[in-house]
Amino acid sequence: MMEFIKNYLTAIIINLIAIIWLIFSFIKSKSKTKESLRIALKTFIKLLPTIIIIIIFIGFLLGFLPPEIITKVVGEQTGILGALITAVIGSILFIPALISFPLAASLFKGGASLMSVVAFITTLTMVGIATLPLEIKELGKKMAILRSLFSFISAIIIAVIMGEIF
Amino acid sequence: MQIKDNSIKQKKSVIKDYIIMAAVVLAAALLLLFFPQKSISVLSISKKYLFELAIIFPAIVIIIGLFTIWVPKEMVVKYIGKTSGIKGIFISIFLGMLPTGPLYIAFPMAAALLKKGAKISNIVIFISAWACIKLPQELAEIQFFGIKFTLIRLALTIVFVIIMGITIEKLIDITDRKNIKTDVKKY
Repeated sequence: MMEFIKNYLTAIIINLIAIIWLIFSFIKSKSKTKESLRIALKTFIKLLPTIIIIIIFIGFLLGFLPPEIITKVVGEQTGILGALITAVIGSILFIPALISFPLAASLFKGGASLMSVVAFITTLTMVGIATLPLEIKELGKKMAILRSLFSFISAIIIAVIMGEIF
Repeated sequence: MQIKDNSIKQKKSVIKDYIIMAAVVLAAALLLLFFPQKSISVLSISKKYLFELAIIFPAIVIIIGLFTIWVPKEMVVKYIGKTSGIKGIFISIFLGMLPTGPLYIAFPMAAALLKKGAKISNIVIFISAWACIKLPQELAEIQFFGIKFTLIRLALTIVFVIIMGITIEKLIDITDRKNIKTDVKKY
């Protein structure tokens, strides 16, 4: 029992937050709670296919690619080059951040360096090649491109600092 | 009318996602048939990650739903438009962190705020925080990377987002702020 709580502490806390908030919400307003749950279900349905695809991808990534190859391309001794590679991949890929964490964690366990994993997570969320046209349309070319460029550079610096700390 | 169009578009893209998922599942099954010696390790890895996500995912979508209803978007616009200075920076970060929808919703909001006269630095900070520091997502990061990793990465990200916002504002001010304004007016 203690072992279980220790292993799944985060999951237990997340579920507790959801349950307690849901109870409070229900006491305050039934209709708002119903609407919240409707949005929750919609979000769930929308994200489910991506989750399944990513989970299959993780299985194949770690099952087929031997750790030596991952280590060779984005491992510890590749240094900043490894971080640059994952930062570029993170900028191109268009997957919800929520699902990027298990993918990044699997890369890390598969032999990727912490630096490249951080670069990956950070560009994945901050830089979006796929959403750039929309950003340009709404905010103007200059602001959108400057923001993406700065975000990319920031991601690399954050990754290098994290690599030093851990 | 526009809202209706959008919801139809969204439905179509969700259906497309499910079709892609079915194709991926099929392709994966075929691949495993051809490489039976790999199937045990692939399946056990996938099963492990599926379990780790399954125990947090329902709770996270419920939290997203509760946030969306109890913290309406109008509130975000109201606060970010008015405040400036250091207070404006922190309010921009905080409001960006709330899970009020995907990034492509933030762009038109930001454009509207710019038009109303919000500072460029706040808008850049707001969009960046919206993109990369979402509260429920951070719960997933803690689950997979631990609390220390998550907090340090977030602290660094916030510092860089602030520097980025201020720098971009300076750069745009130096060149031509007018262009941006007319750019925004067009839409």
